[in-house]
Amino acid sequence: MSEFRLPSLGADMDAGTLLQWLVQPGDTVHKGQVIAVVDTAKAAIDIEIWQDGTVQTLQVQPGEKVPVGTVLATLRAPGEAAGAAPPPQAAQLAPVPPATARAPSAASAPSAVSGAAGGATQGPSPPPQPTFAAGPPPLPAHPAAPSGLRLRVSPAARRQAEALGLDLHGVAGSGPGGAITLTDVARAAASALASASPAGPAASATVPVAEPTPGTPATDRQTEIRRAIASAMSRSKREIPHYYLLETIPMARAQQWLAQANAGRPITARLLMAALQLKAVALALKRYPELNGFFIDGQFQPASAAHIGLAISLRQGGLIAPALHNVDQLPLDALMPALADLVQRTRAGSLRRTEMVDASITVTNLGDQGVESVLGVIHPPQVALVGFGRITQRPWVDAAGGLCVMPVVTASLAADHRVSDGHRGGLFLAELREQLQHPEEL
Amino acid sequence: MTKTTYREALRAAHREALLADPRVFIMGEDVGRYGGSYAVTMGLLAEFGEARVRDTPLSELGFVGAGVGAALGGLRPIVEIMTVNFSLLALDPIVNTAAALRHMSGGQFSVPLVVRMATGAGRQLAAQHSHSLENWYAHIPGIRVLAPATVADARGMLAPALADPDPVVLFEHAQLYNLEEDLPDDGHCDITHAAVRRAGTQLSLITYGGSLPKTMQAAELLAHEGIDVEVIDLRVLRPLDTATLCASVRKTHRAVVVDEGWKSGSLAAEVMARIMEECFYDLDAPVARVCSEEVPMPYAKHLEDAALPQAPKIVAAVKAVLNV
Repeated sequence: MSEFRLPSLGADMDAGTLLQWLVQPGDTVHKGQVIAVVDTAKAAIDIEIWQDGTVQTLQVQPGEKVPVGTVLATLRAPGEAAGAAPPPQAAQLAPVPPATARAPSAASAPSAVSGAAGGATQGPSPPPQPTFAAGPPPLPAHPAAPSGLRLRVSPAARRQAEALGLDLHGVAGSGPGGAITLTDVARAAASALASASPAGPAASATVPVAEPTPGTPATDRQTEIRRAIASAMSRSKREIPHYYLLETIPMARAQQWLAQANAGRPITARLLMAALQLKAVALALKRYPELNGFFIDGQFQPASAAHIGLAISLRQGGLIAPALHNVDQLPLDALMPALADLVQRTRAGSLRRTEMVDASITVTNLGDQGVESVLGVIHPPQVALVGFGRITQRPWVDAAGGLCVMPVVTASLAADHRVSDGHRGGLFLAELREQLQHPEEL
Repeated sequence: MTKTTYREALRAAHREALLADPRVFIMGEDVGRYGGSYAVTMGLLAEFGEARVRDTPLSELGFVGAGVGAALGGLRPIVEIMTVNFSLLALDPIVNTAAALRHMSGGQFSVPLVVRMATGAGRQLAAQHSHSLENWYAHIPGIRVLAPATVADARGMLAPALADPDPVVLFEHAQLYNLEEDLPDDGHCDITHAAVRRAGTQLSLITYGGSLPKTMQAAELLAHEGIDVEVIDLRVLRPLDTATLCASVRKTHRAVVVDEGWKSGSLAAEVMARIMEECFYDLDAPVARVCSEEVPMPYAKHLEDAALPQAPKIVAAVKAVLNV
């Protein structure tokens, strides 16, 4: 017998509302199967199970809001008899991924696919605060969420820190029982400001705290998304020493190749330039792995594959940057439908857990908005963001020294100077340019 | 502005009420010939006669019930009960009849009754005359519960209580009768709002009735140490003026409730719950309270003192919340 617990879907998630069970007691389930839909502050997320077995009991009813780590269901291992009592160590089998420091992505936007892409910022991922992701009422033998790790923070201080995007770890508490108070937050914010770059966010310790305004769920969701974006972007600009590079890439070959490739396709199977650009980024990353990964606890951790976060704007405002997995390995004919599907599901609020946490770099495409270039804000703990502007006609000197009209796009790289340097970043953009000169190889 | 006592202020209010409206009369144990257990009605029998100031037998059930009947019949009775402990004998006419009739009759009847009673400890009257049971009444829908804690409120609350078409229970803390304060000439007094008795920034001390002077004293002691607290006097125990409480807590981010009742199921508990409901995210520390020890009130002076909220206990609670 094992327990299936509510996993953390990002460092800013401390609870979720069960919307729907997709299985019943007695059902056989397989690793990777979506068995429930859970509503977080950001979206309704399909929750996968990570082992085979038979559902014994469902412990949480649809509509219930429960903390991360709560047992949602119990599961019999294949072959295990029904009615067996859960062993005391059952929790060790629980498929609870540790609250990951990687946060659900939400970033600037690539979406040639779907029109409106988001702003030049990245999205929700607050400072990695186990505080928020820490466990529910003490669950014995659940090492992932030891209650002792929960910071003692007063409600007012917690709200203020969240508004300021301040990570309270390491902040000394002066309140009763060592709790962190408003005064401590103000002090920490002041010192964070003092050490932040001049270009940092204008977060002020004296920002008045807004009253909580009860509203419709939709309003709440928007508020939550906006808060998450604020938190992640403030953290990014506070912590990440960005450097920015721009490269003008001729797109004539890519456009011609795309026109030919689409000529023989039905409308539904047509490729978009965004897919080519994504694939080109993924391939270029192979030679520059220091742009693809995470900066956690003072160290760079390279990602194993190119899981590209696509900044997708939401109709009601805000944006999310869910991961498109293994872009480097997908042929364009598989990449295109995967891209369309991801955009559609993001806007429908139906993302999978892994899509919320796996993105190792973000690509934003503001071309649809008509701008020529975008300088993005890196989505922590990622270390780079690639931006594409509008494809535009420009006078161009060709290889033979003649003047011609060339469609060009400005590609940009915002990268974390703690992990990479401008030289390598420049080589990456050059590689990206080369990749787009050989569209047939993408 | 004239200096007067809480007792004299109450007497003046009663005299004014008797003069203003011929339907008003006072009844209770020893209110006439003896002049009232706490001498509030001293001299009124001689001035207004036995029909308006009536001594009753020792039967709270009987005379409070008679008061309900008189109110239903068109009079404006003021019924005095010697202490809140004794009022338990009259819970039936107050809770089952006076508080309920407007609702049970679909608005056809109202009970414009005022019940006054002494409450609280501090005079070595032990466990049958000293308890603070205001919360029992504050629990009941259909009645308004007042706790005048200043001379101005003692003078001003009776008239609007009599004007209220529904039953009003008015608690006079026995230790307040000798309180002497300036009485403002402006007689206006509402019976709906809590009052800020001292403005401050670091913490809200919330109290009512007999604990107000101790709380003000504690605030003064704290001020000498550089700690600036606000003092809120609930004044109206039902319906609670949650807005004033929460406005204060939103400003100071901390609160300590001082209540002479016992902690369990207390008014302090209700105030804390409302703070939690309304302004949880404004709190910078857990809300604390200073209540009476959970024992029947002792007779011995040192034990009685130890059982009650006192200024040093309030100071200590404030410092614990501020962690100073």
